[in-house]
Formats: sequence, structure tokens, C-alpha cells
Amino acid sequence: MTRVMAGAGSEIRIAMRNRWVAIAVAMMALFALVLSAAGSAPTGQIGADKLSVTVASLTSLAVYLVPLLALLISFDAVAGEIERGTLPLILTYPVSRGEILAGKFLAHLAVLGIALLTGYGVAALAAFAFDPGAAAGMHALVRLLLSSLLLGAAFLGAGYAVSAVSRRPGAAAGAAIGLWLVFVVLYDLGLLAAVIADGGGPFTTRVFPWLLLANPADAFRLYNLAASEAAGAAAGVAGAAQTIPPALALSSLLVWAAGGFALALLAFRRVRP
Amino acid sequence: MLTCSRVTRTFGAVEALRDVSLAVAEGERVALLGHNGAGKSTLMKTILGLIPATSGEIRVAGAAPGDRAAREATAYLPENAAFHPALTGREQIALYLRLRGEPASKAGALLERVGLEQAADRRIGTYSKGMRQRVGLAQALIGRPRLMVLDEPTSGLDPVSRREFYAILADLARDGTAILLSSHALTEVEARTDRIAILSKGRLVANDTLANLRREAGLPIQIQVAARPDTVGDVARRLDGTRVNGVRVDLTCAHGEKLSRLGQIARLGGMIEDVEVIPPSLEDLYTHFSRRADQ
Ligand SMILES: Nc1ncnc2c1ncn2[C@@H]1O[C@H](COP(=O)(O)OP(=O)(O)O)[C@@H](O)[C@H]1O
Ligand SMILES: [Mg+2]
Repeated sequence: MTRVMAGAGSEIRIAMRNRWVAIAVAMMALFALVLSAAGSAPTGQIGADKLSVTVASLTSLAVYLVPLLALLISFDAVAGEIERGTLPLILTYPVSRGEILAGKFLAHLAVLGIALLTGYGVAALAAFAFDPGAAAGMHALVRLLLSSLLLGAAFLGAGYAVSAVSRRPGAAAGAAIGLWLVFVVLYDLGLLAAVIADGGGPFTTRVFPWLLLANPADAFRLYNLAASEAAGAAAGVAGAAQTIPPALALSSLLVWAAGGFALALLAFRRVRP
Repeated sequence: MLTCSRVTRTFGAVEALRDVSLAVAEGERVALLGHNGAGKSTLMKTILGLIPATSGEIRVAGAAPGDRAAREATAYLPENAAFHPALTGREQIALYLRLRGEPASKAGALLERVGLEQAADRRIGTYSKGMRQRVGLAQALIGRPRLMVLDEPTSGLDPVSRREFYAILADLARDGTAILLSSHALTEVEARTDRIAILSKGRLVANDTLANLRREAGLPIQIQVAARPDTVGDVARRLDGTRVNGVRVDLTCAHGEKLSRLGQIARLGGMIEDVEVIPPSLEDLYTHFSRRADQ
């Protein structure tokens, strides 16, 4: 454990020096501010408190931003070490590859956590400023924060795996962008097309919800919208959200977070320095 | 501490190592010599467990290469040591210390030992190649390693730093560390290592002390006799040597004839000013053993 913490400490330092922390925090804060400003119209007609509405719009933002940030932070993790030539030496130390990866993972998760806390914090403050009753949405915000971390963890793992398989930072960056496009954009477009073609048939009612669960980004959206009171107002996938219990969506996120790391370790173990 | 028995490693059609058997005992310093591509780095990486041998057996401190026990006993300095440019020397060494279960506070003393105390808190990105090499050496000194594997450790070091470096190695060897270091700067390992192993195209073509290698090679010894302008012709005739210039006569002789030749020279008495005996250089030996293996 001390070895994992040693690695994590030095990775956090590197992330700060490389401005990843600053970039992630600035990105989250900026988007949260824009969302809050855009959503500052009166919300009386929905009947939900201001913070719950904010959480709903933060959810649709986080679905794009959190995987992107996680992949940006992680794609260089193994490929960068190979390129710099720092990997052979570290592998001769009495530290396992799992411990090396865990150190990076903890550090990068902490960076994500700081960025999320800042962004969501800004949005929450804005909500409280407009609506004294916003406290009712606090639990939704906490849920959003924790599930965002899980979503981030899943994509950190995926990013490491891509990094180890690609071996070159340039190739890893390309593969990471591809991964983001597939999981966050194309997957949903494909599902949408299939649902339309199906016209409310058995695919839409039986298969579609499970396919949503299979993608961490969709599971994240389902979990937060299903649990949110504002779901009915904000959700495009609301229909499916109602048929899937939030606990299942949360389980999917947990499995992805753990599975992402396992996948990364598997790929990292196959790297020959 | 280290034994390699009949180690072979192939990369596709390239035979980087063939049947290499080599041992390094506690407190022994072995220089691994060979031209570029001879297989020095490959041998070191198989010893460290970074790449598996195709066949043959290696034991490091009683364990298989790459085993935890082997890694705990071994320090490595890679060829062209690289570090994260965003970390300072102190932070980088502190990380390596903690990975070996040592307190990070020892970083200062280690950096001082390799002469980096001034730059300890600057980022490694600003270091010169020689300074990075010293960071590499500092990390190799962590926690009294029982085996040190150093791949071209003095490349990028200036002559003074090289001398300091070999002084550190001598200290370590005195304390029982087994040291395997590779180099292609032959002259510098001559007086500073206990044994010399020569790799040529993946095969170990020599493995002995310098004195024994000299004897085995039987290369001629060169004797330079300094005479005076008025005696040089006479000296050359009597010794049957070659006159090189207005005052110097050169002779070559086999190892066994050395003393009788020196006796002849001594008998010339006042006709000569000085005499210099030059044993075959390591370069000559290296060429001899590499060439012999080719035949
Ligand atoms: N990873 C590798 N893949 C293919 N060939 C390699 C690899 N590593 C080394 N070689 C080959 O093995 C031979 C020995 O290389 P190396 O051990 O680096 O030599 P040295 O360190 O003595 O200069 C060379 O012919 C080199 O091209
Ligand atoms: Mg080499």
C-alpha cells in the first residue's frame, strides 16, 4: 500500500505540473457556470427545486465531459512511460504492475474528484442563490458526484487499457478519442436508429433497456435520471429509465469501474519493455 | 550472486545471445565489453527479468530473474536512463526510495553522493545527460543492493565524474555488492574492474582477469627505448629494433621474452636514457578475441 501511495503522490504532482488539474477544474467550472446561467429561468412549472433541475442538466453534461476528461488524463499513462523510456527501470523495482497501475488510478481519480467537486460545487452554489429551497436536491447532487466518479473510474481504466495496447502516445490519443466517440456518441445514435426502426416492437421493450445498461455512459444517465424527481422533465431516455431500477444501473457502473481496471491490468501485464 | 548458464535469446532470426554462461560473485566487478549490438543490453535485461531468455537458466541471489526476491536484491541503471521531466531530482529519488520501502528523506544524501545536491530541487527536464545519468546512479545506490546491473553507466559523464563513479563502485564492491557493468570505453574499465567478459555477436568470447587474458592472447609486448641522437643508430643495431625518430627505438617481443629483452637493454647502460614497457592494450585484446571467435 505504501508503494501504491508513493506512486499516487508522484502522479498527482505530475498531473499538477502538466496542468491537467487546472484544465480539468477550469473545464468543469466553466461548463457548470454556463449551465447554471442557461437554467436560471424560473422553474415553477416543473415543481422541482432548483438544485434537482441543475442536477438533471449536469447529468447530461457529465455524460460527455467526465468520460472525456478521464480519457484525456489516462491515455498517456502507459504509452508515455514507454515513449520516455521510464518503464524498464520501474519494472525492475520490487513493485507489481498492479501496484503501479493502482497508484496512477488513485491519483487520476483524485484529479477527477477535484474537478467534479469544483464544477458541481459552482452549480450548487448558483442553485442555492436562486432558490432557498434547493437543499431538497442535495441528495441528488451527492448521487451525481459519486456516480460521476464511478463513470470516471470506468473510463480511466479503459484509457489505461488503450494506452497499454497502443504503446505510443499518439496512437493512444487517437484510440481514446475513438473510444469516447463510440461509447458516448455513436452507441446512442445506433440505439436510437434501432428503436425507430423497431417502432415499439420487442427490441424496444426487451433488448433496448439492457443495451442501455451495458454502456457505462448510459447506465450513468439512467441511474441519475431514474433517481431524480426532475427526470420526467429532462430525460430523453425517460421511458427506459422507468423500466430499469436505479440499483441495476448503479451495479452496471460498479462493474464497469472494476472491469475497466481489470482490463487495464490485463493489457499492462502484456507490455514487454 | 549471479549465474547465467547457457543463456540464449533470439529476436526472430536475430540471435542476440547464444549460449552465454557468466557468473558474478559477491564483491566482484565484472566489465561486459562488446561492440554495438553485441548483446550487452539484452543480457542485462534477461538478468533483470525484463525479457525472458529463449533458453538457459539465470539465478539472481538464488531466485529466478524478475522474482520479487531477485528484484529486491538488484539495482539497475538502464542505458540512457530516463525520468519524468516534470519531477525534480529529489522527488524522483524519493519515489524510488519509497518503492523500495525506504524513507523519502534519504533522497538528499543520495543526491549529494552523486554530486547533484545543487540541482536536487530543479526539474529533471532541465538536467543535462550527465546529470540524468547521475540520477540513475543515485537510484541504483538505494538500499545496499546485492547485485548491480549497470548498462553503460559512464556514457555522458565527464572524466572527473567517471573517476568519482568508479570510486563509488569500489566502495560498494568492498561491501560485497556484485557488479556487472557494460561499456565500450575500454580504457576506463582496465584498472577498475576485477574481470572482463567480452561479448561478440551474442557469444561470450572471453571471460577472465585482464592479466590472464593478456597471457592467453599472447599478444606481443611493445618496448620503447629512448636513446640520444648520437647513440640511436647504435642502439637500434644492437637491439635489432626499429628506429622511429632521432632518439627512439621500438621493439616488440613475446610475453616470455620480456625479461631477457629488458636484460639486453639494461646492458647498454649509458647509451640509453629511458625505457618504457607497453603491454597489449585492452583494445588489442578486444580485437584479438572478437576476431578469434569469428574464425
Ligand atoms: N526488442 C528487440 N527486438 C528485436 N531485436 C532486438 C531487440 N533488442 C535487441 N535486439 C537485437 O539484439 C542484438 C543485441 O542488441 P543489444 O543487446 O541492444 O546490444 P548492445 O547493448 O550490446 O549494443 C541487436 O542485433 C539488436 O538489434
Ligand atoms: Mg546496449
